[in-house]
Amino acid sequence: MAFLQLKGVEKMFGALRAIKGVDLSIEKGEFVVFVGPSGCGKSTLLRMIAGLTEIDGGSLQLDGRDITRLPSSKRDLAMVFQSYALYPHMSVADNMSFALRLANVDKKIIEEKVGRAAQILNLTPYLQRTPKELSGGQRQRVAIGRAIVRAPKVFLFDEPLSNLDAALRGQTRVEIAKLHRDLGATTIYVTHDQVEAMTLADRVVVLRDGAIEQVGSPLELYDRPANQFVAQFIGTPQMNVVDTAKLPALRAVVGATGAADGYIGVRPEKVMVRAAGTGQLAGRVELVESLGADTLIYANVGSNGDGSGVQLVARQAARTELRPGDPVGLDIAPASFHLFDRQGQAVALRAA
Amino acid sequence: MKHLALILRTVAAWLVTLLIVFPLIWLVLTAFKTEQQAISIPPQLFFTPTMESFAEVNLRSDYLHYAANSVITSIVSTVLGLAIAAPAAYSMAFFRTRKTRDILMWMLSTKMMPAVGALVPIYVMAQTAGLLDSRTALIVVFTLSNLPIMVWMLYSGFKDIPPDILEAARMDGASVWGEFLHVIRPLAMGTLASTALLCLVLSWNEAFWSLNLSSSRAGTLATLIASYSSPEGLFWAKLSAASLMAIAPIVVVGWFSQKQLVQGLTFGAVK
Repeated sequence: MAFLQLKGVEKMFGALRAIKGVDLSIEKGEFVVFVGPSGCGKSTLLRMIAGLTEIDGGSLQLDGRDITRLPSSKRDLAMVFQSYALYPHMSVADNMSFALRLANVDKKIIEEKVGRAAQILNLTPYLQRTPKELSGGQRQRVAIGRAIVRAPKVFLFDEPLSNLDAALRGQTRVEIAKLHRDLGATTIYVTHDQVEAMTLADRVVVLRDGAIEQVGSPLELYDRPANQFVAQFIGTPQMNVVDTAKLPALRAVVGATGAADGYIGVRPEKVMVRAAGTGQLAGRVELVESLGADTLIYANVGSNGDGSGVQLVARQAARTELRPGDPVGLDIAPASFHLFDRQGQAVALRAA
Repeated sequence: MKHLALILRTVAAWLVTLLIVFPLIWLVLTAFKTEQQAISIPPQLFFTPTMESFAEVNLRSDYLHYAANSVITSIVSTVLGLAIAAPAAYSMAFFRTRKTRDILMWMLSTKMMPAVGALVPIYVMAQTAGLLDSRTALIVVFTLSNLPIMVWMLYSGFKDIPPDILEAARMDGASVWGEFLHVIRPLAMGTLASTALLCLVLSWNEAFWSLNLSSSRAGTLATLIASYSSPEGLFWAKLSAASLMAIAPIVVVGWFSQKQLVQGLTFGAVK
């Protein structure tokens, strides 16, 4: 039996079925990330696990106990909110110890636990300050500290980094990963940022329109996406997905191994830019993005100069002198295709 | 030119202030006059103050009895009102539905009807329940008539508290009561205090219902004042003395809590 088990969990907002029967098992100690575009229901699902949003159908079990109808206060879960949701009238120490004080834990033990959490999170000098006197990053750490001191069964994170600036976000992401490694606590983390999902998760749950699209380790999702949505959601820049009808030349490159009709997907790093006149496909450069470590080359393929072609993105480490308008050749790395049928479902590659 | 405008504005402000305060000043002056001085024409601005009227009022009626009624009815109705209005405002502020706004408007609309409109039914109800001239009847009516304003004030105060903070408290293991005690109460202290104070003042000054539902037994200070405008004629000095004694406690309370009141009314603005 899994540690946390969702069975056919449903949520209705009026007539709208916001969460459509989600089944999911989470093991003890796992770091699971819910990811998906905005409005996919990932936060709603997290709030349902937290008990902040009522579950309208299905069941939720934690550690062998049915908690579907249990109020949040009795679920023994801790949550870190996007807005931090610190108690503005309490000091940092009081914020972190609130749950323990409610539970009438001995004062000595509280002091010790808060002290240790503060040390882990570098908050010791700020314990007597109020949240107002802290920076965004520090507030975020207090919110995490508030969760840590309780040693709850599951940590829930609701887009905890989205209010931080880019540099701090990366830094805090690393800290959260380290924290999970050190504490080994079961964690569910919601984000719309697929980089966070890829870097933090043991397993990623990709959601769309209130239903799970795919569950798997980050690289499983990257290498073997179950459908076109997952294929394009995971990875930057997006996977090139081309309608076979629009670019017969690509179909020829794939050869007889592919589905006759549908979509062909290729990751940008599997598209190689060659000199004009060579390579499997001929195209014309539309845009070059030089990011330093990476260079992205957007090429239009299969057009007769009327813009009717298909755009393919190539990603390479080497820098380039190419300018928009330059003719280029493109090679596709062998056995790097993803095939999707007309419904967007992945189709197995048959050996050539 | 600018200087002149400032002077004019200052003079105007003082005139308006004087206009507002004059009856109160006159009340205080009259309270220390004899009945003859009180009705003398032209009115006397300078006279030898006397406590005669106060002594007379104390002799003729039991001030402490009425004062006690006022204190009890206003305090109990305030406490009762808070106990009912706070949960109502909590649910409306944090568990909004599409009808919340309508319910709030409906509550407020009950204050738009003149009280006289409800006099007969309420009088009959109090009579049937055997509660005429009882503090219970006054407490119930005061509480009910203050509830809409209390709910509104608390609602707008609670609305400023981010709901995330309450959810965080819930996740931390707080019950509904715990949420209220540890999060809402400290964060909305200003609102709670100013609401209580307003309710206290309104109940203390309430005259319509206390005059109609009570007399000698449960009568509040408002009925005491009214008893000095008797059919035998107006006794201005005694009326003023009684009035002064009636309003003194609430003025003192208001004076001391002025700072809290202002703070309470502006607290939500500073985040």
